[in-house]
Amino acid sequence: MWAFIHKLGSPKWFYGISAKLQPWFWAAAALLIVTGSLWGLAFAPADYQQGNSFRIIYVHVPAAFLAQSIFIAMAVSGLVFMVWKIKVADMAAAVMAPLGAAMTFVALFSGAVWGVPTWGTWWMWDARLTSMLILLFLYLGVIALRGAFTSRDSASRAASVLAMVGVINIPIIKYSVDWWYTLHQPASFTLTSRPAMPTEMWLPLVIMVLGFYSFFIALTLMRTRSEILRREANKRWVQELVTGQAEEAR
Amino acid sequence: MAFDSFYEFLAMGGHAPYVWSAWGVTALLLITTVWHARVEQRQLLKGLKRRARRANSARGSTQ
Amino acid sequence: MIAVKATLVRDLTLLLRHRGEVLNPLVFFALVITLFPIAISPDPELLAVIAPGLLWVAALLAALLSLDSLFRSDYDDGSLEQLLLAPQPLAALSLAKVTVHWLLTGLPLALMAPLLGIMLALPAGSYAVLALSLALGTASLSLIGAIGAALTVGLARGGVLLSLLVLPLYIPVLIFGAGAVQAAILGDGVSAHLAILGALLAASLMLAPWAIAASLRISING
Repeated sequence: MWAFIHKLGSPKWFYGISAKLQPWFWAAAALLIVTGSLWGLAFAPADYQQGNSFRIIYVHVPAAFLAQSIFIAMAVSGLVFMVWKIKVADMAAAVMAPLGAAMTFVALFSGAVWGVPTWGTWWMWDARLTSMLILLFLYLGVIALRGAFTSRDSASRAASVLAMVGVINIPIIKYSVDWWYTLHQPASFTLTSRPAMPTEMWLPLVIMVLGFYSFFIALTLMRTRSEILRREANKRWVQELVTGQAEEAR
Repeated sequence: MAFDSFYEFLAMGGHAPYVWSAWGVTALLLITTVWHARVEQRQLLKGLKRRARRANSARGSTQ
Repeated sequence: MIAVKATLVRDLTLLLRHRGEVLNPLVFFALVITLFPIAISPDPELLAVIAPGLLWVAALLAALLSLDSLFRSDYDDGSLEQLLLAPQPLAALSLAKVTVHWLLTGLPLALMAPLLGIMLALPAGSYAVLALSLALGTASLSLIGAIGAALTVGLARGGVLLSLLVLPLYIPVLIFGAGAVQAAILGDGVSAHLAILGALLAASLMLAPWAIAASLRISING
């Protein structure tokens, strides 16, 4: 077990194994997202209340899921980095943050656009949208804090602590915002909580969610590899790897 | 198929601007992140190779 | 325990010597509250509606403003490093520092709020709840804010970044704090709100000192 953890912690080992895993996740992401998109856009029936605007659900919900999951993944990576000093975990956390912020933005944007046909306005202080907005600020805070330090090690540890503090707060923020919303707008129509969706509606949604998760894993693997090269540029194995590739190219 | 013609598919029952802008921004963002990650990886490898070559030639000239 | 008490006493005397630092957040609080009737309308009926939110937001900003100096002078003169080297747990020592911060900002803000409430035509019957909710809430704010202050104390320009880190985490406290005052105005029970504010404080009391200690270590050891 310990040997495994330390092997996993070695950037070199991770660089190798991620190269093998990456194509599978890219393939799964492409397949699932294309299938889900076609199904959701063209084949799923229109909603009896919202008509075709309901098809925004197929990008809004996966993005919102990913936005929350990425923050949790980032905090777990931070914990792993702080406890076991595994540098790869911090590199992964560093590349996850911008993607998480981007996904939060997508969820906010699609939610706002969806609001026009359903609520008649671009922005409503809806519980879900409000917590998404706060999540975006949390992401921006983590990214800004990491960027503010000159020493990389301090930046990594500070960002890890902030991500962990944030992840403890996310459920509290979510529940308090839900409570606040029900107090001010009793029993109004929320975008996605609906009674029993028919199978041909939720199946494409599940496929899209899985596709987005595969995309997240594939992209994180790819960018962590780049981050490894950047941080380990002076290590011997990287130089050997690079010169080896250079000879191949010739 | 939920639509009778391709035109109807594009019109989205009058909701075209909303559906297509939400999907468009999402697609754009996914594609941009992949493109950015590829560019990043290529440039890093290129820079590392250049560095290795320079180190090699420096070693060659001192010998 | 003695070390914790010593830290408490030292910080209290230090801050009481610099009265300006204690008074500034209070003046800021009063100033911000003055801005709203000027910007919106002097109409007492309108002000009464928005008063709970205004008072809470202004108090929150005043508390936020004072955070940057929480560890700053100790960082500059090196006494923070001494604190790290002390044999006593850093979490307990930082809790003492946060307690002093609350005693000299949160508590005065809470005591001053009813006075400003009068100026905003805050309806009768909510004054005690306002002070109580602020006293409970600002304690959580000091604890959560201290994490941000500890993370940014080593940075040359940490001020704006500190607000960016801390404000999103303040939202639950704001919701239940302002909610308590609103409930008091409407004549609803306020015990649920105050209980949740208490629960938030208990949770921050348990978790924040460890996060503050870890953050201070990061900021000091580079």
